Amino acid sequence: MEFFERFAVPHPSPAIYASMVVIGLSVIAIIAGLTYFKKWGYLWREWLTTVDHKRIGLMYLISALLMLFRGGVDAIMMRAQLSAPDNKLLDAQHYNEIFTTHGVVMIIFMAMPFIFAFMNYVVPLQIGARDVAFPRLNAISFWLFFMGAMLFNISFVLGGSPDAGWTSYFPLAGTEFSESVGTNYYMIAIQISGLGSLMTGINMITTIIKMRAPGMTLMKMPMFTWSTLVANLIIVTVFPVLTVALTMGTMDRLFATNFFTSTNGGMDMLWANLFWVWGHPEVYILILPAFGIYSEIISTFSSKNLYGYKSMVASMVIISVLSCLVWAHHFFTMGQGAAANSFFSITTMAIAVPTGVKIFNWLFTMWKGKIRFTVPMLYSVGFIPLFTIGGVTGVMLAMSAADYQYHNTMFLVAHFHNTIIPGVVFAMLAGLTYYWPKMFGFMLNERIGKWTFWLLSIGFVLAFFPMYITGLDGQARRMYTYSEATGFGALNMLSFVGAGIMAIAFALIVYNVYYSIRYSPRNIGSDPWDARTLEWATNTPVPEYNFAVTPQVNSIQPFWDSKKKGHVLFPAKLDKIHMPNNSGMPFILCSIFFVWGFSFVFAIWPLVILSTIGIFACLALRSFEKDHGRYISVEEIIETEEKTGGAKL
Amino acid sequence: MKLDHSQPLEYSTGQNNLNIFGFWIFLGAEIMLFATLFTSYFTLEHRTGSGPTGAEIFEITPVLIETILLLTSSFVIGLGIHAMRLGKQKAMISFFAITLLLGLAFLGVEIYEFVHYVHIGAGLQTSAFTAILLTTLGTHGLHVTFGLFWGLAIILQVKKCGLTPETANKSFIFSLYWHFLDVVWIFIFSFIYLKGMM
Amino acid sequence: MKMKWAVLTVILSIVAVLTGCEPLTIFDPKGPQAERQANDILLSIGIMSVVVIVVFAILIYVLVKFRASKQSDDYEPPHMEGNPWVEAICVGIPVIIVAYLSFVSVQSNYIVESAPKGYEEQEPLVVYASSSNWKWHFSYPEENIETVNYLYIPTDRALEFKLYSYGPITSFWIPQLGGQKYAMADMITTLHLAADESGEFMGRNANFSGKGFAENTFNVTAMSQKDFDEWVDEVKETADPLTEETFNKLLKPGHLGQMTFTGTHLEFAPPPEHDHGSSHTEPTEETDTHDGHEH
Repeated sequence: MEFFERFAVPHPSPAIYASMVVIGLSVIAIIAGLTYFKKWGYLWREWLTTVDHKRIGLMYLISALLMLFRGGVDAIMMRAQLSAPDNKLLDAQHYNEIFTTHGVVMIIFMAMPFIFAFMNYVVPLQIGARDVAFPRLNAISFWLFFMGAMLFNISFVLGGSPDAGWTSYFPLAGTEFSESVGTNYYMIAIQISGLGSLMTGINMITTIIKMRAPGMTLMKMPMFTWSTLVANLIIVTVFPVLTVALTMGTMDRLFATNFFTSTNGGMDMLWANLFWVWGHPEVYILILPAFGIYSEIISTFSSKNLYGYKSMVASMVIISVLSCLVWAHHFFTMGQGAAANSFFSITTMAIAVPTGVKIFNWLFTMWKGKIRFTVPMLYSVGFIPLFTIGGVTGVMLAMSAADYQYHNTMFLVAHFHNTIIPGVVFAMLAGLTYYWPKMFGFMLNERIGKWTFWLLSIGFVLAFFPMYITGLDGQARRMYTYSEATGFGALNMLSFVGAGIMAIAFALIVYNVYYSIRYSPRNIGSDPWDARTLEWATNTPVPEYNFAVTPQVNSIQPFWDSKKKGHVLFPAKLDKIHMPNNSGMPFILCSIFFVWGFSFVFAIWPLVILSTIGIFACLALRSFEKDHGRYISVEEIIETEEKTGGAKL
Repeated sequence: MKLDHSQPLEYSTGQNNLNIFGFWIFLGAEIMLFATLFTSYFTLEHRTGSGPTGAEIFEITPVLIETILLLTSSFVIGLGIHAMRLGKQKAMISFFAITLLLGLAFLGVEIYEFVHYVHIGAGLQTSAFTAILLTTLGTHGLHVTFGLFWGLAIILQVKKCGLTPETANKSFIFSLYWHFLDVVWIFIFSFIYLKGMM
Repeated sequence: MKMKWAVLTVILSIVAVLTGCEPLTIFDPKGPQAERQANDILLSIGIMSVVVIVVFAILIYVLVKFRASKQSDDYEPPHMEGNPWVEAICVGIPVIIVAYLSFVSVQSNYIVESAPKGYEEQEPLVVYASSSNWKWHFSYPEENIETVNYLYIPTDRALEFKLYSYGPITSFWIPQLGGQKYAMADMITTLHLAADESGEFMGRNANFSGKGFAENTFNVTAMSQKDFDEWVDEVKETADPLTEETFNKLLKPGHLGQMTFTGTHLEFAPPPEHDHGSSHTEPTEETDTHDGHEH
C-alpha cells in the first residue's frame, strides 16, 4: 500500500476527482473509437511514425490548442477565485498549483509548440525545401515535447501539481517547502520537452542555413524564416542553461545536494539567475516568430512589400543579442546594488529601440497599401496598438528604482500578458487563420473569425488593463485572496468578466473549426489570400515532397514576382525525388522517455535504470539501422500533381 | 544519393554535409552547457559550508594522468581520421580502438578520483562546492562514457560496412565530439584543478 | 476600430470612478523614497503616453486612408524599400527617449540605494526585518526589543532595514514609504526608507512564499520620535523577554498575531553575514564559508 500512497493527490478536491473521471473516460473513448473505426493502423502509419514536417507541424498545432484550453481553464479558475474579496472557491494550495501550472503550460506547452507548429509547417515551404534537415530528429523533437507535456499534465491527478510558481524559486521549490512530487514533475517534464526544443533549434538552423532554394540568399529570405532562424539561434544558446539549472534543481530535490538550499553553501540566487538567463530570452524565442508572422500577414493584406526589410532583420538580430543581456531585470530587488541595476535597466530599455523600429516598419508597410481587413489582418492591426501599450509598460518596468514598486504586483502581470497575448497569442491565431487553407484546403469562416477577434480584444482589455491599476494600488501577484478593505474587489471582478469574454472567444474558435469543416467551400485554389512568398506557390493540399521542382528565387517575394513580373519559379525539369522513410523509433524512444520521466518523478529507481537502458538501446539500434530513404518516381509525381490541381510544371 | 567526389568521403553527400553542420551547432549548445556549469562552479567555488575546499582535496597525480590520457586520445583520433582520409581502414580502426582504450583508462582514473573524494568526505551532498565540482566533472565523465559506447558502435560499423560515405561521416562527427571533450577537459584542468590548487 | 475606442473610454471612466475618490497607494507616498519612485512612474507614464498616442494616430490614419474599400480596383500599391531618413527618425527619437529615461533611472537607482534625501546626516534607526513562514520579525538592536508582524517607526528619521529570511525568498514592501527588496536566507539586503508623516501604512511580503503568502502582511505605524521613545520604554517595562526557545517556536510555519518582546533574536541567532547594498559596511565575501569550516 505504501508504494501506491505516493501517487495520491495531496490536496484532493471534487474538481480533481472530476478531472480524473473525465481523463479516464476520454482515454477509454479514444481507445474505443480508434478500435471501433479500425483507425489504429492509420494512426500508426500516417501520424505516429511520420517524419513529414507538415504532419509534425499539425501535431504541434493540435497539442498547442489542447494545452491552450488546459491553461485557459487554470486562468478562468484563478480569475474566478479573485473576483471577490475573501472568496472561498479555491484554497491557497489549490490556487498556488493552478497559477504554477498555468504559467508553465502556457509558456512551455502552449506557446512553444504553437510557434514550432508554424516553423515546422511553413519554413521548409518558404525556403523551397523538401523537408527539414533531419526529419527523424524532428519527429523525436515533437514526441519529446509531447511526452513532456503529458507528463506535466498528469501531475494533478497523480501525486500533485507543482506549487512553487512557474519560476520555482528555491528554496521555496526545495523539498523543505514544497513537499509533494509536484516540483519533480516541473523539473523533469520541462527537461524532457526542453531537450526536444534544443533539437528543433539545431534542426531549424541547419535547415535554414543549408537548404534554401537556389537564389535565396540570406537577405532574400522571407521575414518569418528570418525570425525562425534568429529564434532558434536563441534556443541553442539558452536552452542548455535551462538544462543545467533543471538538473541542479532535480538533484537538490532527489539527491539532497546543496546547490540552491540554505545550508552548506547553497545559493538560492543562483537558481534565479540561471532561470532568467534562459527565461528572458525565452520570451523572445516566442515573440520573434510572432513578429515574423505579422510581417508576412501585414505585407500580404496591404498588397505591398515589407517596408524596411534590412532594418527589420537588423532589429531582430539586435533584439536577440540584447535579450541575453537583460535577465537581472526580473529581480532588480535582489540587492545587487545600484550599478548592476543601472546596467540591466539600460540594456532593457535599449530593446525598445529595435522593437519600435519594427512597429514603425509595419505601419509604413501599410502606408499607401491596399488594406484588406481579413481575420489575420485584424489580429495584426489589433496587435500594433495593444502590443505598443505592453511595450511601453515594459520600458516603465525597466526603470529599476520604480520597479521596486512594480515588482511582484499585478502591474507586472498586466504587462507581460499585455505583451504575450497581443504579441504571441494574436499572432498564433492570425497565423492559424492565415495558414489554415494551406494546411487543410478550406478557409475558416470570416464572420465567426471576426467575432472571435473582437471578443478576444475586448475581453483582453477588460481582463488585463484593470490589473495595471490594482498593481499600482498595491495588489501583489500570486495572492489567493485579499480582504474587503483593500478595495481591489471591483477591478478584479472586471478582470473576471474580461476573462469570461476571452473564454467565449476561444470557444468560438472551436465552433469556427467545426462550422468551417461542415460548410466552408473546398477548391479554393492554392493561393486564396493573393500572397507573396513561396509557401503559396505549391499545391493545396501540399504533396509530401512540397515542390515537384525546386523553385528558383530572385527576390524576397518570388511568388509575387512570378504572378506580376513573369519571373519563372520552376525552370528545371521533373526528376525523381528522394524522401525519408517513416519510422516508429521516435515515438517508441519518447514513450520510453515518458516512463523514464515518470519513474524519476517518483524516484522508482529500478524503472529509471531500465528505461535509461531502453533509451540507449533505441539509440544504438538507430545507429546500426540502414535506411537510405526512398525515391518518388517521375510518374508518381505527375500523378500527384494532377490530383492536387498543380499545373505549374 | 548523389556523390561528390571532389570532397572527402565524410562530406561527399548532401546529407553528410547537413550532419556535420548540424553537429557543429550541437557542439555550440554543448559549449553553452559547459559554460553554464563553469559559471555555476565559479559562483559556488568558495561556498564550501562545513565541507572541504578544493585545495584540500585536489591531488595533482591522478589529474595529470587523466590529462595525458585524454590529450593523447585526442591526438590518436586525429591520426585515425587521417588514416580514414587515406582510405586505410585497418589503421583507422586501430587508431579508433586506441582512442577508446585511452578513454576507458581516463574513465577508470576518474572513477578512482570520485571514490577517493567520497572517502575523504567530499561527497555529492557535502556542500554546494562539492556538488558543483562532482556535477561538472561528472557531466564531462558521462560524455566520455557515452563516447565510448558511440565509438564502439562506429568501429563495429566500419568493420562491417567498410568506409562508406555513411560510416566516414559518422566517424568524422565522432572525432569532432572527442576533440570537444578534450577541449572541455583542458578548461576543467586549468580552471578547476590548477586554479583550485593554487 | 471604433468599438475599441468605445471600450477604452468606458474603461477609463470606470477607472476614474473606482479610483477617483482616493489616490492609488503608489501615488500616495509618505516618504522621500516612495515620492521619488512615484515621480519616476508619473514621468514615464507621461512620456509613454505620448509614444502610444503617436503610434495610435499613425495607425488610425493609415487604416482609414489606405483601406482597400476606399481605393479603386486597379490601384497597385507602390514598391517601397525603406527610406534611410525615415528609419533614422524611427531609431533616433526612441534613442533620445530611452537615453533620457535611462539617465533618470540611473539617478534614481543611486538615490533609492542610499540614505533618503534630507536625512543623510542623521544616524539611521536600524531595524532587522526577517521573515519566516509566514511572519515578519522586527528586531530593534539599539532599543533591544523585538516585535512580530507589526512595525513602529519614528517619523523624520532615516530608517535602515536589514532584511533576511528564515525560509523562502520574501520581499519586504511598504508601498507608501518606498519600493520593496528581497529577504533571503544567506545574505542580508539593505533597504533605506524614511517616513515624512505619521500614520498607519500597509506592509507585506510581496514575493510568493507558499501557502500562507496572501496573509503575510504587517502593520506599520509611523509616529513622532517622542511617541516612539515612549513606546520603546513601555515595551521594555511590559513585554516578556525573547528566549531562544520561544523564538524557535515562532519560526514554525503558520500565522501569528502581533507580538512584542524585550531583547532580540540577533543575540542567539545571528543574521547571515553576506551584506550587499549597505551604505555602511563593505560586502564581506566568503566570511561565512570560512566560519562554517572552522566549526
